[in-house]
Amino acid sequence: MIRIENLHKSFGNNKVLLGINLKIEKGESMCIIGQSGSGKSVLIKHMIGLLKPDEGKIFIDGMEVTGLGEREWMSVRKKFGMLFQGAALFDSLTVGQNVRFGLERYTDYSDTHIDEIVRDSLEKVGLIGIEHLMPHELSGGMKKRVALARAIAYSPEIVLYDEPSTGIDPIRADAINDMIIMLKKEMKITSVVITHDIISAYKVSDRIAMLYQGKIIQTGSPEDIRHSDHPVIQQFIKGEAQGPIENW
Amino acid sequence: MNTKTPNGPLSPGNVFRRFFLLLGDFGLVFFQTLRNIFRKPLEKNIFLQQLEEVGVRSLPVVILTSAFGGLVFSLQTYVGFHRYVGPGSEAYGGPIISLGLCKEFIPILVGLMVSGRVGSAMAAEIGTMKITEQIDALYSLGADPNKYLVVPRTLACIFMLPCLTLFGDAIGITAGYFYNVVLMKVNGVVYLRNTLIYLELWDILSGLIKAAFFGLIIAIVGCWQGMKTEGGAKGVGKATTVTVVVASISILIVNFFLSKALPATLSQ
Repeated sequence: MIRIENLHKSFGNNKVLLGINLKIEKGESMCIIGQSGSGKSVLIKHMIGLLKPDEGKIFIDGMEVTGLGEREWMSVRKKFGMLFQGAALFDSLTVGQNVRFGLERYTDYSDTHIDEIVRDSLEKVGLIGIEHLMPHELSGGMKKRVALARAIAYSPEIVLYDEPSTGIDPIRADAINDMIIMLKKEMKITSVVITHDIISAYKVSDRIAMLYQGKIIQTGSPEDIRHSDHPVIQQFIKGEAQGPIENW
Repeated sequence: MNTKTPNGPLSPGNVFRRFFLLLGDFGLVFFQTLRNIFRKPLEKNIFLQQLEEVGVRSLPVVILTSAFGGLVFSLQTYVGFHRYVGPGSEAYGGPIISLGLCKEFIPILVGLMVSGRVGSAMAAEIGTMKITEQIDALYSLGADPNKYLVVPRTLACIFMLPCLTLFGDAIGITAGYFYNVVLMKVNGVVYLRNTLIYLELWDILSGLIKAAFFGLIIAIVGCWQGMKTEGGAKGVGKATTVTVVVASISILIVNFFLSKALPATLSQ
């Protein structure tokens, strides 16, 4: 379970998060929506310790992680897998080496067992026999799927998805959404999905939280969000240029 | 994960503040790397790749620069002896050429060449990893980027710079012999005998010690700049430029202090 209390973060004079309060239950699929540049990625980077808050607390499975040192974070991060916006595959490693990277560090499995898991993980995301390819030989959609295989290979409890459908065509985006749902069901993974794609948000989430001007303005089921009377949420989900959202 | 340097008007206070923040940022990477060097396990595959990148792939440029450096240094030494001591005295230039090459010229030349070739490449590679979130991915997958990226590169540079310098010494001294004895018909026996009598093992060793320090500077500056890259392709370009400038200037400054600190000779 992830609990965030009164999280603040600024970069210089740019105040990005202004008191975020959010609770994500075990096994839940939570989608955080908001405009580009609203601080969604900043928020999930706090969950995995890639950014340190200016103020506020973060609890993972009841343990406060806000003040942890880098070495302590290493053991907490084992619970997390993360799919980065641009896939973030290591250029100098093959697909197979990318997928086994976390396994080699987080587990003490034998090489043969790791090879099996790498094959299984790639199979789960619909990729077979591409272990020897380099990242530059893959299409955008394949890169995202390899990154997803890498994120789930060591069976993390929580997977953070940063804009999983950005930069790929709608059909591949939907295939990624199906994978997120499948992984949640099969592996009982807690999912935190960051997106501004409202169709994906409706499809993959149990609950949706809307981030606007540094705060969560509403949290609820996809139906609650769809029928919300908050003008900002209505403007966002309808994708209208005219409305209360001005800084776009 | 790293500290940001403030931007603002170039007031004296702001310049001082920025300087000390940069120094602190650099010191953090430096001490983290020194600490991680002694922590197991070493990323052996990356270390071996870097040995090849820093050492083997730098050989052509070291051969060329050492050869022509040795030739031009010999040319001026020949002119100096011929003009100030007199014709026939050029054969006494051998030890001076060898001493100058081994203690100063070749270590600096190798340091500058490698900082241009390898230091900038390190900054560009790590900088690109930073802006494409690969550094964040390392953290998320349980790897410490300093240990995974910086330590193998630093060890490779510390180990390979002295090797390249030793190789450059041999090329430079040979070029000096070639210029004096083969081209200018200086007495080869006297030239060689004087070189062997007056050149000490310490002269070569002190040059190698300097080269190891230069390797440390190149790797740390390159990796430090890479790790603090921001702002896309422009940021990567800036990181590579700053790396070459800072590493080159640091090499020249550190060289002077090492020359002062290291004893001139070990023999009584």
